[in-house]
Amino acid sequence: MCYSPRVSATGSLRNSEAPRGEAPGEEAPRHTALVRLTHWITFIAFVALLVTGIEIVISHPRFYWGEVGNSLTPPLFTIPIPASRSTVPTGYGYVLPDQNGWSRYLHFEAAWVLVLTGLIYGIASLINGHIRKNLWPTPQDRTPRAFIGRITKYLRRVPPDEAESHAYNVLQRTAYLTVIFILFPLVIWTGLALSPSFDSAVPAAVNLLGGRQSARTLHFFVSGSLLIFLIVHVAMVVQAGFRSRMRAMITGQASARSVAAEEERT
Amino acid sequence: MNNISRRKLITTGLAATAGVAGVAAASSIARRYGLVPPDCRGIYGPGETLTYAAQRLLTTNSLAREFPRGMISKTPFANAIDPPTDEFKRHQANNFSDWRLSVDGMVAHPASLSLSDLKALPLRSQITEVVCEEGWSYIAEWIGTPLIDVLHATGVLPQAKYIVYYSIEKDWWESIDMADAFHPQTLLTWGMNDGDLPVGFGGPLRMRVPRQLGYKSVKFINRITATDSLKGLGKGLGSAAPEAGYAWFAGI
Repeated sequence: MCYSPRVSATGSLRNSEAPRGEAPGEEAPRHTALVRLTHWITFIAFVALLVTGIEIVISHPRFYWGEVGNSLTPPLFTIPIPASRSTVPTGYGYVLPDQNGWSRYLHFEAAWVLVLTGLIYGIASLINGHIRKNLWPTPQDRTPRAFIGRITKYLRRVPPDEAESHAYNVLQRTAYLTVIFILFPLVIWTGLALSPSFDSAVPAAVNLLGGRQSARTLHFFVSGSLLIFLIVHVAMVVQAGFRSRMRAMITGQASARSVAAEEERT
Repeated sequence: MNNISRRKLITTGLAATAGVAGVAAASSIARRYGLVPPDCRGIYGPGETLTYAAQRLLTTNSLAREFPRGMISKTPFANAIDPPTDEFKRHQANNFSDWRLSVDGMVAHPASLSLSDLKALPLRSQITEVVCEEGWSYIAEWIGTPLIDVLHATGVLPQAKYIVYYSIEKDWWESIDMADAFHPQTLLTWGMNDGDLPVGFGGPLRMRVPRQLGYKSVKFINRITATDSLKGLGKGLGSAAPEAGYAWFAGI
């Protein structure tokens, strides 16, 4: 899934939203500087969290449900990979090197970057109307017909029309809102619930999830959902035109004109 | 992009200056209130400092979750440890009757306590979870002497900021701040599930810090030291964990 502004997927014209602080005469960027900056910081932090999260899982690739679980209790499921600890029964005859030290340091540092960036994005976007105008589905989009219509277009591989290169369609809006307001809050909650010290102050954080091991298993699945989003997101960007979409998210300037000019040059 | 206005330049400059000043002020306040961990340097320092400061503002007095007796794990997991030294084996053969805990550093009355000396102090038992940084966990009942009672009995000085504790095994030592040292659930543990603490679980004496991950609960404790600075110890990072690449604060 990709991309943004001005005309909704159903074709209704919206008021062009001139971002503040842009020099007059310059074309309004498709993504505001705030969206671009927070998007890429979030991306970097997410990749760091993903890599270090996988490293941490490798030290104990068994998952449990409830409050407790260890190598002597039956797992809910096991990832069939070797582990970085000799105490985990994996069936492999060797032990991977321990990467947990730096992985844990980086995991929590990246989590801070992600949370603080998310707060800035979320608060600013609620105030400046980005969420209401660009992400909240329009009334005509809030119908099963609109969803099915757009899915059909994807399945038929209809290239995005002019309107869609200016505004998110209903599926994009739904996906982005789900990631921003459901998956990220859930991954932060389930992650915080794994801190024994945080749980001492807020026991409900872990108790509501059904215990520590349930929280860990849920953290794994929510992270997996975010990874699936990332893969589909990148696939959709490629499908819609990788260069123009990347350019739009990096420089903000990816009008039809500038892309055409770019293609002429190459 | 190419015509940056003067106003924008001034605004950005002011914001950057305010940001730098803000970080400097925050760091000075954080130092004064003990919100900076000993492993605050390096590329992971900022994240570690944020974590420790936030935890200390939120969790200084909170109690670790305790569980009903029915939730005690039937299969607690004793993590792998290095083979014991000859010195430890001698103590074990002797049923730990000569085991001593020395208390030194910033205390008015340095002492050398036997296990029975410890047991003569008020005991506390609690059913808490051991949480390993790898992800696994178990619940057990832990019986021991609260560290705070040992510190009060030996007259810990008000300028002490950290308690350092050592295993009889080489290069195995940790430290905690006074919030954890004076915490009622921080136990010099000698009993587990109504019996003596088994060697596999750290017997005869283990420091249990239930609000932090298992690696802060060092096994085979024979010395504790009160200090106002961790700089001169080991590599100056606070404990053995950061020297091996793990965070000093393990509440997360």
